[in-house]
Amino acid sequence: MAEIVIKNLRKDFGDFTAVKESSFTIADGEFFMLLGPSGCGKTTTLRMIAGLELPSSGEIYLDGEEISQKPPSKRDIAFVFQMFALYPHMNVRRNISYPLASQGMSRRDIRTKIAEVSKILGIEHILDKSVGGLSGGDRQRVALGRAIVLEPKAFMMDEPLGALDAEFREHMSEELRALHDRMGATTVYVTHDQLEAMQMGDKIVVMNNAVVEQFGTPRDIYDKPATVFVADFIGSPSMNFLPFHGSISSGQTTVQLNQHTVAVPQQLHDTSGDLLLGVRPEHISISDSDGIACLVLALEYLGTTQIAVLDSEFGELKARLDSAMPINVGERVSVHFDSSTITLFEKTSGRAIRSSLNDGVFPHV
Amino acid sequence: MSYSITEPSSRQKWVAGTLVITYALITMVPLLWIMMTSFKTPPDSISYPPKVMYQPSLEGYVNLFTTRTRVSPEKLASLPPPANFAEEIVRNRDMVIAGPSKFGGRFLNSVIIGFGSTFLSIFLGTLAAYAFSRFKIPLADDLLFFILSTRMMPPIAVAIPIFLMYRKLGLNDTHLGMILLYTAVNISLAVWLLKGFIDEIPREYEEAALIDGYTRFQAFYKVVLPQAATGIASTAIFCLIFAWNEYAFAVLLTSGTAQTAPPFIPTIIGVGGLDWPAIAAGATLFLLPVMIFTVMLRKHLLRGITFGAVRK
Repeated sequence: MAEIVIKNLRKDFGDFTAVKESSFTIADGEFFMLLGPSGCGKTTTLRMIAGLELPSSGEIYLDGEEISQKPPSKRDIAFVFQMFALYPHMNVRRNISYPLASQGMSRRDIRTKIAEVSKILGIEHILDKSVGGLSGGDRQRVALGRAIVLEPKAFMMDEPLGALDAEFREHMSEELRALHDRMGATTVYVTHDQLEAMQMGDKIVVMNNAVVEQFGTPRDIYDKPATVFVADFIGSPSMNFLPFHGSISSGQTTVQLNQHTVAVPQQLHDTSGDLLLGVRPEHISISDSDGIACLVLALEYLGTTQIAVLDSEFGELKARLDSAMPINVGERVSVHFDSSTITLFEKTSGRAIRSSLNDGVFPHV
Repeated sequence: MSYSITEPSSRQKWVAGTLVITYALITMVPLLWIMMTSFKTPPDSISYPPKVMYQPSLEGYVNLFTTRTRVSPEKLASLPPPANFAEEIVRNRDMVIAGPSKFGGRFLNSVIIGFGSTFLSIFLGTLAAYAFSRFKIPLADDLLFFILSTRMMPPIAVAIPIFLMYRKLGLNDTHLGMILLYTAVNISLAVWLLKGFIDEIPREYEEAALIDGYTRFQAFYKVVLPQAATGIASTAIFCLIFAWNEYAFAVLLTSGTAQTAPPFIPTIIGVGGLDWPAIAAGATLFLLPVMIFTVMLRKHLLRGITFGAVRK
């Protein structure tokens, strides 16, 4: 049971900065996702919380106690590695009991503890097998067993599903989430898979180039992106960005894109220059008249929906349409946006412009 | 029959197998000759044409371990009956056993120096290799190259400086001196081989051990060492083979207390003519420890020889 507070955390490797002044708070019992493309600093952040890397500066608080310079063994945090890191020279039972042995626990207590943990994970039948012959899922369960056996304050998981088959991943992610809910321990989970993050997380931190771009609930991250990067990274296909030049003043509810007037949420900030209008594919609708004229370039049929690739004066747009909608490649159509969902961005800084939609969702907005 | 690009056909396997077995037999002929000669009597050993079938005798081994003196037939007749088979063999040649030979001591020297230097090379080599593999060491590449450079000339090229140095330091003809010398030669091999093996062990295992509540050193010997066992075993064999067989330095630097078996065995030739069975017996016994050691560790050796090329 623990709250983790990260304050101005920074990590330099020589000239390279892996994590830049990051701050966020992980509430007690939360399933917290660190999301970002590879090399963004998410794993380094996780390793700093666990104590496998020492931060160059900044603080980490676990339950109010500053732990950033403590050795990993003194932090009461468990870590599940991407490749599981099960000790290959030991069988399953010894792997799970290894953390207990370091505490000097008696054999009898270890046996009870292992029985308990293996029951939770459903691995009683493989306890005496060597870890070499196990399937990916079982290895995963053993790795989890080694993590939960010490009843740590928090779990760190570094892409624990990355090594599994796509099919099995789905199943395992549900199992993981269920396990977390049952144990109620704070979990920090690193992934580059936005779907996994949305599906499992209570909160998500999106990182890019060593910087925290945004953190919040999956819904906030998706609906109210704080930066162009977040808007682009989350969602598939990603958000459409329509570039335009103009100025925005507080209170405004429409913007002028060339000759089109587009309704947007009420703006709360004055700015001008190169701007982007961001709209998700599912918030584009098609009609015959009076919108932005487009040519249908391609259609991707996805079962319940279809993705229409459209050529407009603002570049290529992708629209998610009902699959029943009659539309053909080569057709000329006119598109409208669901105005309540639109986010405007400054092109140079990449930041979202504050509006009634995203007000207060992230400090810099 | 199905055709496969990667699987050799049974015919190819058969040809390859025959070639390998033939080659193995050819390389084993000298070994076989030595072992056969060690069980011959001196006249049998020099008979021409060489005898393949003969009455085996332990005379070579008896001569190897004893010194003998010739006595007159009258003296021989007056002696009490021989107490054991060794005495009986010796008396058949009109001789009596005068005492033990130096072979036992020399053999023990070989064991002490060979295994001592192997242990020291592996001990230092493992620690150094681990440090090079895991820690950021300033000038690590240059240091590694420097360590390797000690092998870039034949060790005997520095024989004279070492000889003078050892005489000055009083390391001449001492066990410690020979152990240090062989360790110095082997250490570069040990560091480089072991670094390759340790590099292959993922860091996550140690990190997992750190998280599990172990110290860095505990993580090293409880998690890294067991997994490096293969590499350590094969490196140990290479080190032992060098230290065990080394001849030139042993001739130069040892003469008595610390003399190893290789420089001693040829000196048997000079005692009472060419005693081929005794020499062959010495060579046979000398081969055994390395052979046993290699057989014991053989399952690790194959991977050791192909180190780095084969991924787990």
